[in-house]
Amino acid sequence: MNITAKQKAERFLSVLRHCQLLGMKVIQADQNSLQMLLPYNEAIIGNPLMATIHGGALTTLMDTACGTACFVAIDGMELCPTLDLRVDYMRSSEKGENIIAYASVARVTKNVVFTECLVKQESDNLLIAKCNAAFMRIGPEMTPPDFRKVVETGDASVYLGTDPLVKHGGNSL
Amino acid sequence: MSFQDIIHQAQVSGDFKPLIDSIPYAGFIGLEFQRFGDNVIFKLPKNIDNIGNPILPAIHGGVIGGFMELSAAINLLMFMDTPLMPKIVDFSLDYLRAGRDQDTFAECQIWRQGSRVANVSITAWQNDRVNPIATARAHFLLAKK
Repeated sequence: MNITAKQKAERFLSVLRHCQLLGMKVIQADQNSLQMLLPYNEAIIGNPLMATIHGGALTTLMDTACGTACFVAIDGMELCPTLDLRVDYMRSSEKGENIIAYASVARVTKNVVFTECLVKQESDNLLIAKCNAAFMRIGPEMTPPDFRKVVETGDASVYLGTDPLVKHGGNSL
Repeated sequence: MSFQDIIHQAQVSGDFKPLIDSIPYAGFIGLEFQRFGDNVIFKLPKNIDNIGNPILPAIHGGVIGGFMELSAAINLLMFMDTPLMPKIVDFSLDYLRAGRDQDTFAECQIWRQGSRVANVSITAWQNDRVNPIATARAHFLLAKK
């Protein structure tokens, strides 16, 4: 398959409906690491007093960044479900700040992939959270042909349809 | 009314619906709850927008984590004497099975509340409570009165 690591990551991300709704994007990717963006959005505020993004959206970012890094790190097309995720929250992110996840694959074994991830504010590199996550290998034969085609062609409509994503009332999504 | 007032109001009246309504992320994923006296069960109704893996399809693991984390924070506000939204310190999440595209439930157990930190474990399930889809534990920093 003749696509770059970044294309492989982008096409993987393109089928994840919830991530599309959050506006997540791959910034950069190579064989063993990648950067993924979570844009600031008022719809995902967890504490209205401080207008900080809820930890759940950060968990989604970290899980996705690490999972995508696994998918890119393993040759061919193998989907790896998350086994566990351990997160330390250093501080709340600030109002209006875009968030970037820096995920890397520490080791790929026959059964498990070990990953780690740092989450920082885009504007000033302030460390928000860090996480370690492990993923199970279930084998390339578990990857359905439809999904294989999405990654080969970049067309995700088989999963997402051609309709725009449902918009939530009153926010800027 | 400020968010702090909304928390206070909920703790005085016992009605936490307005508090949930004031947290954007709760609405974003669709979190609901039901109280049974001193027990509360949180619910994440089936919602196509929470899907991650489209193949099964399965709820995004991050959404399951967010649902459990938010459930734990609200559970602390309901049963502990803390005037501000608890601040998460760390979170450890084990995925046991895929969360299918259907209603998901969660229940929290506060194992210890110290003067500053609370330890909470959270269990999430779908069809059958004895076969959870995920278990988690979290530490939260609590504000003093």
